[in-house]
Amino acid sequence: MEDLKRRKRLRHSLIALFTVIIFILPFIITNNYYRSVLVIIGIYTTVVVGLCLLMGYAGQISLGHAGFYGLGAYVSGVLTSTYDVSPWIAILLGAVGTGLVAYIIGIPIFRLQGHYLALATLGLGLIIHVVMMEEVDITGGPSGLTKSIPYLSIGRFELNTDFKYYFLVWIVALAAIILANNVVHSRIGRALRSVHGSEFAAQSLGVDTGKYKLQVFTLSAIYASVAGSLYAHYITFISPSPFGLMTSIQFLVMAVVGGLASIWGPIFGVTAITLLTEGLKYIVPKMIPQAGGEYEIVVYGVILVIIMIFLPEGITSGIVNIYEGWRHRKELADVTSGDK
Amino acid sequence: MSLASELLQYVLSGLTMGGIYALVALGFVIIHNVTGIINFAQGEFVMLGAMFMVTLIGVGAPTPLAIILSVILVMIVVGIIEFGAIRSAKKASPVTLVIITIGLSTAIRGIALLVWGTNPYKLAPFTKGGPYHIGGATIVPQSLWVIGTTAVLLALTLFMFEYTYWGKALRACMVNKFAARLMGISPSRMSLFAFVFSAALGALAGMVIAPITYVTYDMGLMLGLKGFVAAVLGGLSSTPGAVIGGLALGVIESLGAGLLSSGYKDGISFIILLLVLFLKPGGIFGTSGTKRV
Repeated sequence: MEDLKRRKRLRHSLIALFTVIIFILPFIITNNYYRSVLVIIGIYTTVVVGLCLLMGYAGQISLGHAGFYGLGAYVSGVLTSTYDVSPWIAILLGAVGTGLVAYIIGIPIFRLQGHYLALATLGLGLIIHVVMMEEVDITGGPSGLTKSIPYLSIGRFELNTDFKYYFLVWIVALAAIILANNVVHSRIGRALRSVHGSEFAAQSLGVDTGKYKLQVFTLSAIYASVAGSLYAHYITFISPSPFGLMTSIQFLVMAVVGGLASIWGPIFGVTAITLLTEGLKYIVPKMIPQAGGEYEIVVYGVILVIIMIFLPEGITSGIVNIYEGWRHRKELADVTSGDK
Repeated sequence: MSLASELLQYVLSGLTMGGIYALVALGFVIIHNVTGIINFAQGEFVMLGAMFMVTLIGVGAPTPLAIILSVILVMIVVGIIEFGAIRSAKKASPVTLVIITIGLSTAIRGIALLVWGTNPYKLAPFTKGGPYHIGGATIVPQSLWVIGTTAVLLALTLFMFEYTYWGKALRACMVNKFAARLMGISPSRMSLFAFVFSAALGALAGMVIAPITYVTYDMGLMLGLKGFVAAVLGGLSSTPGAVIGGLALGVIESLGAGLLSSGYKDGISFIILLLVLFLKPGGIFGTSGTKRV
């Protein structure tokens, strides 16, 4: 019990420390390009926190999160630019709508065994992408929305610079992390961990596994939608291309790199992959001038395979495990040497 | 063109694509049955087959030689992948294995992008002549090649399963892996065999469809997904189901694209996927996929 309390205190102080670092960072980093990278990391973190919750605790993968992300972006974009709806209401409508779509899709899926969610979300993501491309009257088709999306503003205070937007994005990301953290350590979290251990054992103890999985899936879709809305109001222009299957795979890579069963994993995974992608954009054209298209997918693919083979719990958990194993061996060695 | 001939036209082109979907679905089902893995890289085998063929034809190889060499090359590549990636993670959880195949598919597509670039390649039809006219509809000779190849490969697959030692061992593995092992059948060798066999099916599908669709580094993505939808339609574990599922999907998609909207062609298959998962998750011929405790 004492140990549990100590852990809880440690967790809370870690979150507090992290919050302080996040709020100091933009004052230290003044370069606009780096600030924009930090904003994007914040937006992606919100998506990936939800995805990790789904994968790590419900044991299911989604290949459609870019679709939910895009749904949020398009609801916000279309409602605010074409119909003059207040941006905040649009974000809310996007979140509710996306959550509803996820919930409806989830009802039959979570009754099934196996990896149908990966397929259903893959299909759903592609359908959403096709709709974005084809409904030219509403979405502007492949070339994107023609009217520009307004900046978000709080009262008269317009969030029109990277610096101002950074704070909004990271407040949302931190709220997402804290909420996810609470879910993990609540009744739902415990129930879901039992599902991860043995679904049959959990069910025989009266845990309605399907219901909890469905709730987590819906929450993760809502996270993605809110992040999408934030993206739309940050870039102020949207087209279908950032919401395709590649983005879903990118989210998957971020989640996998960070580790699925830890709340710190997403931040690490998103930061590592975003920096890697930005680095590749800079280096690859210099090394292979004729390279075009999405060549970073090679790296994504290789990372997925290597991490899944050698560190299936992700880099953060992997390092912790290696450290714990080392400490355990050391303690063991101390004890045995003490015996002599 | 009258409505009847128009419909016939859609059915014919649907059967052509459906044959390809059936071959991809067959590969899915074989791997899934033997190893329990949903192999997201199946579509990339199709792309690799077509790409190797285009390259070999480009350096002057005659068509039959190019076909044989391409199949062998794809089988070697997939064999190495099975040995290197799938086997070393055999004890991993199913989620991990699914993510590995997603990673493999992404990596293969990326490498193809670096090797062959983004430009589409064109391949000449296997035979000259045509198009032929049947009841107001037209059909190009290459479509006949596709349908013929599909039929031959299906017959070969069924023959292999029924009459050869390897096929019987594979079937034994599908029924009961543990019992098969007791009978001296090595499941890991069977896994390699399933992957390499599916690779050959995929590669041949890629080669026969190449003259009709153009060859691009990302063609495997959609073909793989459609093959997957076909496999789910057929129940994910039945070989005849996969074939019928593939042909049905091809025809439905073609009719939908022709009669409703061509832009939504890809959307139609995924709506079908969602409908099947909603209404009959065991596939249209299968039993319910829901398990009870």
